[in-house]
Amino acid sequence: MASEAALERRSAGHRLADLFHGRRRLQVGALLAGPLGWLVIGYIGSLAVLLITAFWSVDPLSGLVVKNLTFENIETLWSESVYREIVWRTVRTALLVTLTDAAIAFPIAFYMAKVASRRGKAVLVIGILLPLWSSYLVKVYAWRTLLSADGVLHWALNPIGLDTPGYGITAVWLVMSYLWLPYMILPIYAGLERIPDSLISASEDLGASPFTTFRRVILPLAFPAVVAGSIFTFSLTLGDYITPRLVSNDQFIGNVIFNNIANNQPLAAALALVPIVVMIAYLLVARRLGAFEHV
Amino acid sequence: MRLSRNARALLRIAVAVGLAFIYVPLVAIVLYAFNASRILAWPPPGWTLHWFSSAFDNAAARDAFLTSVKAGLAATAIALVLGSLASLAVARHRFFGRETISFLVLLPIALPGIVTGVAISNTFTQVLGLPLSLLTVIVGHATFCIVVVYNNAVARLRRLSSSFEEASADLGAHTWQTFRYVTLPGMRSALIAGGLLAFALSFDEIIVTNFTIGAGEETLPIWIFSNLFRPHELPTVNAVAVIVILISIIPVYLAHRLGGEAAAGRSGGGGVETEAAAVP
Repeated sequence: MASEAALERRSAGHRLADLFHGRRRLQVGALLAGPLGWLVIGYIGSLAVLLITAFWSVDPLSGLVVKNLTFENIETLWSESVYREIVWRTVRTALLVTLTDAAIAFPIAFYMAKVASRRGKAVLVIGILLPLWSSYLVKVYAWRTLLSADGVLHWALNPIGLDTPGYGITAVWLVMSYLWLPYMILPIYAGLERIPDSLISASEDLGASPFTTFRRVILPLAFPAVVAGSIFTFSLTLGDYITPRLVSNDQFIGNVIFNNIANNQPLAAALALVPIVVMIAYLLVARRLGAFEHV
Repeated sequence: MRLSRNARALLRIAVAVGLAFIYVPLVAIVLYAFNASRILAWPPPGWTLHWFSSAFDNAAARDAFLTSVKAGLAATAIALVLGSLASLAVARHRFFGRETISFLVLLPIALPGIVTGVAISNTFTQVLGLPLSLLTVIVGHATFCIVVVYNNAVARLRRLSSSFEEASADLGAHTWQTFRYVTLPGMRSALIAGGLLAFALSFDEIIVTNFTIGAGEETLPIWIFSNLFRPHELPTVNAVAVIVILISIIPVYLAHRLGGEAAAGRSGGGGVETEAAAVP
């Protein structure tokens, strides 16, 4: 009995395999049905619903969502100076963090790609990867303790007459630069690895000083990789609400979204459109700068 | 590159400072976990293992740990299936819109986590009318985990010549047999690496989780977050934090050893083969 059933099953499997044999379109369809169903219908669909929800409103008396189209939320975002200020603060911090990370990341990536030995390179790559993957929340929390009034920074800086910046916008900038630094190092490293050493030798043989070689050969070739890294530093800063919550009292876009999600989902949805729109604009600029070959 | 001694020295200093910047906070939090005092003053007055035992004895933390493991395993399983299916389609077939698949897979992690979180919770509560629960967390996590499996699998498939599969077919194996005995063994270590990374990504995720988790449920990061503001719980939080760091780092180290290309950045690489280190 059992073996008969097994035979039956196997022949069913065979028949299915026969059906797919040589039919490439059918194979592609079967392979893509699941992933596309999940990502297009599920995920893109959710984003579309989010877009629509942004044009709904909440009944002030009952607190229920009214599913009639209105520009109320968008108008609120545009006209209330509080929101404008929060958006500007978030975008400004994202830009600052991106510039800071680019400045710190470039020498490290350059050393990894063009100076370190093979072994040194391997050690550095894993040395950058591990902290990148270790818990985001724990890293923010670690900074919260480091920055506290009797924390490590106070202890280390006090003897030289400085002190911890304490909690606030400076702390947010510092912690976010810290969090996203590996996301900047790795693409720049990959971009620099792609520059052939012969190109650098040629520049040197033609009499360029190291500085000129760097400025005229390496930097222009590596710039798209920097832009590629900046996509992540920028995007991650725009969406973060845990860091501002833990090391400052300042509101960022993410905080306002989080605070509104329970009571005013349409307003939260409208707010969530802000990072989406800013990111689309950023990605369009990044594409013009050639960053996509490096992502 | 030919650099002067001074330039080299300067670069070394920059690398050392950068690495110190990256590692000091992690080292500090590990040291704090062994701090004998209840108060988080630096330097600690003495050392103890007590907080680890109080972390293991904490029922809420244990439950949260189990919830995180459940969510991580389920999300990883879904990501493994969807990610390898998509990778087989992209690496082994030509079809209209093939280039957009990589973009589509990358999108959930390229957009800020808060957008993914709000979108998914909004769809479940407003459109489907379902309450938030562990299931919604799993859906959210699986969505952004697909990319790590996909990138590892695509990179591996591009390196594996498809002529083995053609040979298998020529020798009379049908589609399923070829997949089972030729393609899958070739992909195996890349899939394990991708799965490990997906688990690590899910295990310590908090932003999407915070938006999609049901009332009364906690993952370990959520437990940490809700105890951060209770001073008398902080020593236990420190011990749990160290455990979380280990659980997220060990799979990544293993994946790196396994894969070669598996290294990949946290959220992408777009299937870059040679310099897999590339890009979140």
